[in-house]
Amino acid sequence: MLGLVLAVAIISFTLLHIAPGDAAVVIAGESGSGDPELLAEIRQLYGLDDPFVTQLGSHLGRVATGDFGQSYRFNESVVSLISERIWPTVLLGITAIFFAVVVGIAVGVYTARRPESWASHLATILALVGFSIPVFFLGIELIILFASVLDWLPAGRMRDLRFEGNFIQRWIDIGEHLILPAFTLAVLYLAQYSRQTRASMLETLQSDFVRTARSKGLSERTVVYKHALRNAVIPVITLAGLQLGTILSGALIVETVFDWPGLGRLAFESVLARDAPVLLALLMLSSVLVILANLATDVVYRLIDPRIRVGGAST
Amino acid sequence: MTGLFIGNNDGGNSDGDGGGGGDETAAGAPLGREALRLFMRNRAAVAGVIILVGVIFMTYIGPSLYDQDPSRIIARPLQGPGTEDVPSFGTDYLGRDVFAGVVNGGDTTLRVALVATLMIVVIGVSIGAIAGFYGGRIDTALMRFTEIFQVMPALLFALVIVTLFEPSTMVIAISIGIVLWPSLARLTRAEFLRLRNLEFVKAAQAIGASDARIMFRVMLPNALPPLIVATTLVMGTAILFEAALAFLGLGDPNNISWGYLIGQNRGSVLGGWWTVTFPGLAIFFTVLSFSLIGDGLQDAFNPKLRGR
Repeated sequence: MLGLVLAVAIISFTLLHIAPGDAAVVIAGESGSGDPELLAEIRQLYGLDDPFVTQLGSHLGRVATGDFGQSYRFNESVVSLISERIWPTVLLGITAIFFAVVVGIAVGVYTARRPESWASHLATILALVGFSIPVFFLGIELIILFASVLDWLPAGRMRDLRFEGNFIQRWIDIGEHLILPAFTLAVLYLAQYSRQTRASMLETLQSDFVRTARSKGLSERTVVYKHALRNAVIPVITLAGLQLGTILSGALIVETVFDWPGLGRLAFESVLARDAPVLLALLMLSSVLVILANLATDVVYRLIDPRIRVGGAST
Repeated sequence: MTGLFIGNNDGGNSDGDGGGGGDETAAGAPLGREALRLFMRNRAAVAGVIILVGVIFMTYIGPSLYDQDPSRIIARPLQGPGTEDVPSFGTDYLGRDVFAGVVNGGDTTLRVALVATLMIVVIGVSIGAIAGFYGGRIDTALMRFTEIFQVMPALLFALVIVTLFEPSTMVIAISIGIVLWPSLARLTRAEFLRLRNLEFVKAAQAIGASDARIMFRVMLPNALPPLIVATTLVMGTAILFEAALAFLGLGDPNNISWGYLIGQNRGSVLGGWWTVTFPGLAIFFTVLSFSLIGDGLQDAFNPKLRGR
């Protein structure tokens, strides 16, 4: 685990090092001068003239103590910048995954039970659309439809700028702003979860223990929801757990489209400003998240399904 | 851990001439004519092929039929489709011809996706084949290496690479290749682990064939069906990545692409839906065609798994 984090840190720092362009110039760019004395001073200050291994070593040392340096763009530490922007992303990501899991499982179960109904065919087509549509395109089309044509929901940001009101009204306002971005982010996951649920449900419904449950004379409802579903959702929950860590990739686009003030939007702004320290910290942070999500999923998986402990899962 | 490309292929196993030469397609998977027949009977898959042919026709024949410069300002900005003296798809926020943009925007996207996919296949198949064939420590080491690339969120990693270097067509293609190869490596490894102990591989070893020959002439042809399916789907993913990067402003500034057109016009969507909708549909249909073809191939290679 730690080895992976270390590897990510080394790769990201190496990338930064071999990339063309002088970090000193970027840093100086903010103060608006290309004066060689200032550049030399900045190089001295940031240790940019040291040999690669020394720089890598001090970088890793700082990262280990939770110091990701200063943002080039804002004269602010990367850590405080990230901690300011993390909560909107958490809110967005959890809402989206939760929605995708619940609706995805419901759709998957329905289509597995009635594979030939028109609703199942529609779900298959929608899943295909969900896989193939660019996230930013979907977001923009939703803005056009719901914010412009129908005028039901706000087009972007997290709260209304002129908004006044008490605590509850404020959260209702945030909720209204959350609907479109959360749905947009959820669509890709929704398509995957419904497909996965359908596949494992079809398989489970043919297995011996379901036949046993049926032959005991249990009602169809009990068989499907108590016996089959519990086993069929395990792979879906696993998938969702693993993807919780990758949510930042999706949030990157969704937050940019909807002006949502989270980490994804921060990543986009950092790209525009060529703000490398922030980008590297975000890459590190999300890699750690992925690793933790993997680990947690593995643990939960073993708790739910004793067969894994016997067979040994591959990570 | 994408989960997308990890299929268990119990249908591709040989039961026929397991001990035979195993040179081209020894295993029982209906790779050739039978698969083609099944594929052509699949209406969705055929629709995918037709859409793809349409996209290729529009991209490579279109510009000579509709000879307009997509970066030239031809009318007032944000004139909708149907306005007099304005091309059929309207004009964008600067007054450029949206239809010309759509016709000319596919070349960059397809080229980037093709180079990226080629890279993904070469890296993924080599690493997966070596890991699966040798097993043991080599396998462990290579899979650890693969994991490093899997824990970094793909889009963010690609974004960082392109930001640090330059948004040229080549860098964009390479960055997409670097972030997407692990899924193919894992799939190839799984296939090779499965094939490794089969009789025809043992037979090839017994007659003294070299490792490289066994891997690429004996085993690889038998691992092809799932790899072809995965490659088709990866092509779609690569297109989505190129579009996303271009949308975020990391496209090659010298080449118009569909994603770039959408990113450029993002500020004026409320005043002109056509500026983003037509390029967006172009990306959507292109990716859709690869999804349909991939699904069709999957069914054709594995008739038992149909409908899953």
